[in-house]
Amino acid sequence: MLELKNISFAVPEKEIVRSVSFKAEKGKLLVITGPNGGGKSTLAKIIMGIEKPQTGKILLDGCDITPLSVTERARAGVGFAFQSPVRFKGLRVQDLLRLAAGKPLAAEEACVYLSEVGLCANSYIGREVNASLSGGELKRIEIAMLLARGTKLSIFDEPEAGIDLWSFGHLIACFKKIRARRDGTVIIISHQERILEIADKIVVIADGKLTDEGTKNEIMPKLLHGCMETCELLKGN
Amino acid sequence: MDKILQKLYKTVADLDGIPQEGAYNLRADGVSIARNSTKNITITSKTEVSGIDIHIKDGTRGEKLHIPVALKAAISERVFNDFHIGENCEVTIVAGCGIHSDCADVSQHDGVHAFYVGKNSTVRYIEKHYGTGAGTGARILNPETVIEVGEGSVFETETVQIEGVDSASRITRATLGAKAKLVVREKLMTHGAQKAVTKFSVELNGAESGADVVSRSVAKNNSQQEFIARVAGNNACIGRVECDAIIMDNARVSATPEIFAHHVDAQLVHEAAIGKIAGEQIIKLTTLGLTEKQAEQEIINGFLK
Repeated sequence: MLELKNISFAVPEKEIVRSVSFKAEKGKLLVITGPNGGGKSTLAKIIMGIEKPQTGKILLDGCDITPLSVTERARAGVGFAFQSPVRFKGLRVQDLLRLAAGKPLAAEEACVYLSEVGLCANSYIGREVNASLSGGELKRIEIAMLLARGTKLSIFDEPEAGIDLWSFGHLIACFKKIRARRDGTVIIISHQERILEIADKIVVIADGKLTDEGTKNEIMPKLLHGCMETCELLKGN
Repeated sequence: MDKILQKLYKTVADLDGIPQEGAYNLRADGVSIARNSTKNITITSKTEVSGIDIHIKDGTRGEKLHIPVALKAAISERVFNDFHIGENCEVTIVAGCGIHSDCADVSQHDGVHAFYVGKNSTVRYIEKHYGTGAGTGARILNPETVIEVGEGSVFETETVQIEGVDSASRITRATLGAKAKLVVREKLMTHGAQKAVTKFSVELNGAESGADVVSRSVAKNNSQQEFIARVAGNNACIGRVECDAIIMDNARVSATPEIFAHHVDAQLVHEAAIGKIAGEQIIKLTTLGLTEKQAEQEIINGFLK
């Protein structure tokens, strides 16, 4: 289980995250949603240790991981799929999956993870993770890396971004499968209704603050109502 | 063969001692210590200068030739090896030089290789450079390679220098006939105060000839690298030069890809990029549980793979 207690993070002249607290239960899928620029991705980076909060505590299964480095958190079981995946000249898809798994990985095993994210595995496994891969392909490889890692806590930052509609169906199926395993905590940052629909819990972050949290049945109607109000306002303008 | 020689030959030519089959010429401290010719590959000593002549018969296919050089003594030598490769051949040539120095004197090997490749042959040429030992004397390697690729032939060369060579100047000049192809892959890592200079000059003379020259290098500490690749398209041809370098610490790297079109149907392209390891690459790999040092090493290993 992950618990955030009063997490705050600011850069000069701007508060990005303001005293955010919530819990993500083990075996549950939590979706963080909210407007762009509201602090969701920063929060994800804080959990991974890429950004350091000025105040607050992060507890993983009751242990305070706040002082831990990125490497230490990764070794403690935290995994993070970047919103904008990184390219590596020379490193192949199989190399990254091996590093993610933390052990030698047979081609067949690597193929299983790639297939889970809808990639035709054999044609990708030996490819360099460079500019020859599209943004959507890189996103799926990023997710496959987390599957290979088998983490206690998996954080996916806008996994749907850059993924075509057909692959998006695969992605939803993939998250449903992860959720069905119930063996870890999953946090997805997303605006997508189809991802919100598979959430056990939704947390709304806006302007750096937690503005709402609850089940999808509690939160979704409010989000839709909010969207409609915005649409009306835009029409009025 | 002592352990030092064994290690040098293993590193540069992947040999476990003297080969049990195939053609070879093992050179150590200025002399040939083992040689074998085969039915199709003949090796003879030159008489006027130091070096060997290699003749590969027409139609020789699937054979491998090893000609590694090792230096344990602090000597300076210049060696001339000529390769006459017939038509319709398919051969692999493994060269390379390893220097072990435990003293303060200079050890230097300048290998001048000339390849004359007949029609419709495929040649794979692998050359590794390696230096080791506790000596402070400079380990210097200056390979000079001349390649004439005949009509319809392919010449693939892979050069690797990863460790221990204080100074290297590599000069490669190639001319290509009609439908001939040249593929060059250079991998280089320098550290300490090492210096490495690479100069490629390729003349695409034949119609439908092509060259693909790619260099990847890592420069660490105070080392210096200079890369100059010149490809001239003198006929309807395709040429590409790519130079990628990772720079670290206080190293210095210069890359100059040059392309010259002397024919309206010459298609030539060059790319050069020098930069440090991106911070986001390190962060990504640390999210997989690697330390920053391990992440850096994985990135370098992948880059030079």
